[in-house]
Amino acid sequence: MAIATTYALDFERPLIELERKIDELKALSQSGASDFTAEIARLEKKAKRLQSEIFSDLSRWQVVQLSRHPARPYFLDYVQHLFTDFFELEGDRRFAADAAIVGGFARFDGEPVLVIGHQKGRSTKENMQRNFGMPRPEGYRKAQRLMKLAERFRRPIFTFVDTPGAYPGLGAEERGQAEAIAVCLETMSGLTVPVITTVVGEGGSGGALAIGVGNRVLMLENSVYSVISPEGCASILWRDGSRADKAADAMKLTARDLHGFKIIDEVIPEPPGGAHRDPAKMAESVGKSLRKHLSQLKQLSPEALVDDRYRKFRAMGVFLDNA
Amino acid sequence: MAWFSKKQPRISRPEEDEARPSRMQGLWVKCEECSEIIYRPEIEKNLNVCPNCGHHMPWPARARLAAVLDPDSFEELDRELEPQDPLGFMDSKRYRDRLKATRKNLDEADAFISGLGRIEGTQVSVGCFLFEFMGGSMGSVVGEKVTRVFERARERNLPAIIFSASGGARMQEGIFSLMQMAKTSAAIARFREVRKPYISVLLHPTTGGVAASFSWLGDVILAEPKALIGFAGPRVIEQTIRQKLPEGFQRSEFLLDHGMIDAIVPRKELRQKLGQLLGLLA
Repeated sequence: MAIATTYALDFERPLIELERKIDELKALSQSGASDFTAEIARLEKKAKRLQSEIFSDLSRWQVVQLSRHPARPYFLDYVQHLFTDFFELEGDRRFAADAAIVGGFARFDGEPVLVIGHQKGRSTKENMQRNFGMPRPEGYRKAQRLMKLAERFRRPIFTFVDTPGAYPGLGAEERGQAEAIAVCLETMSGLTVPVITTVVGEGGSGGALAIGVGNRVLMLENSVYSVISPEGCASILWRDGSRADKAADAMKLTARDLHGFKIIDEVIPEPPGGAHRDPAKMAESVGKSLRKHLSQLKQLSPEALVDDRYRKFRAMGVFLDNA
Repeated sequence: MAWFSKKQPRISRPEEDEARPSRMQGLWVKCEECSEIIYRPEIEKNLNVCPNCGHHMPWPARARLAAVLDPDSFEELDRELEPQDPLGFMDSKRYRDRLKATRKNLDEADAFISGLGRIEGTQVSVGCFLFEFMGGSMGSVVGEKVTRVFERARERNLPAIIFSASGGARMQEGIFSLMQMAKTSAAIARFREVRKPYISVLLHPTTGGVAASFSWLGDVILAEPKALIGFAGPRVIEQTIRQKLPEGFQRSEFLLDHGMIDAIVPRKELRQKLGQLLGLLA
């Protein structure tokens, strides 16, 4: 999973510059010019301290930025790391292929499963093709079809959420974006096979939830999940999209927030500095969690799986019942 | 010594938005569509449809249920549910205070009323949005009430009818609002077992998380004429594609053309059409 990008967020920059300096010194040492071992050790210690300083107290808006980091591992990176024998199925049988949602069968620890996820692009070209991970109705209809297929063949389903949201475009509306999402929600709630959802980056509103009705919902430490994007929230509430940081705080959208609200089941810790700093290690942690939850869910009968999922979502909501 | 002995009388300020009486409360009403000035009782008699041009104006939920259901058949349930403020949300105002003010103004606890009623003798589990309550937005209370409409229909083996008019999920309840989409859709999945119809009636406007969950899951989907119905609001789409939307985009007639709904039903025929469908399916 070599992710070639030098992009750095503002708050990451001091750390990355320090690391670059360390690398330079190491190169100099190796070339035999002189011995910088002591200096390197000192700087490495400093880098470690700096990292824990920056990352121990991230604001919600910083977490939002990390969740959208261009170097963050995407769905297909996890597929490559955690699954074998991946066979992508692209057809929605209705209108078009939608590369913003990728799905296919694969093996997890040798066992055949279905994997579905939002997929963002790394390059401008790929982002055009994948529409920045914003699905059109076709993507959701493909997901429905594949999930029904998985159910018929009794294959567990893993979904990976990472989208700014469903695409708000002309054609998407014409072809029933709302209907496509709604049917996904109903379809998922009735599946008789285990469904495990992992939010790996951005959980953008209904477009995220459409593939997120799992028996278990897990989130990476620096991922977010919200009813509307912080920018959208800010532009509605204060008519100013630039106050997104404030909106992020108001909405409480981080993995930790949601775990506190009991909306999600587990927060998967990220490597120091975020998932993009060590994608292989990140994937390993995700794999461990998936394995654990799958083995628990496999104990349940098909009916019990539907019940389990129903009860989970049925209980969501905070209100006062004076009856 | 002061130059002026008399102080200016205090200029009275218009009251806050939420307290300002709506146009519908005056004796005369101006139709937004044809600009005709109409005597209010006449419009009410005409189910809030402009007698001049047929424009469908907002129709308060309670008046709608009273007119669509058999006389005095509506029994309201789940009145005891009250919204909370799980996020401690605050924008220009605290969500808690906003709820309190809206409640005081409208005498309703949240944006949805529901219960049991009859249409031409057939008992139905029914619910209707109050758009005037925070844009009919769906938070935990609305989601719970919608869920109970389907649970009740399932337990009692009844058809379900929901009248939707909503801007979508309620931002102020954050992720809890989003999850109501899954909760309500799951309730429908269970309800399907009883083989009774769910008729979804889409009113102006129905968008966002409400459109993208139970509203679009009707076995039959009806809409009032010229209602705005869609996933994203027109403003968001215009900003995304950077061009003006075509005339009539996302209106009922447009959706019918695209096969996304089953029929457009003028308000005057609503009760009769619902009765007919129930006769055919329930």
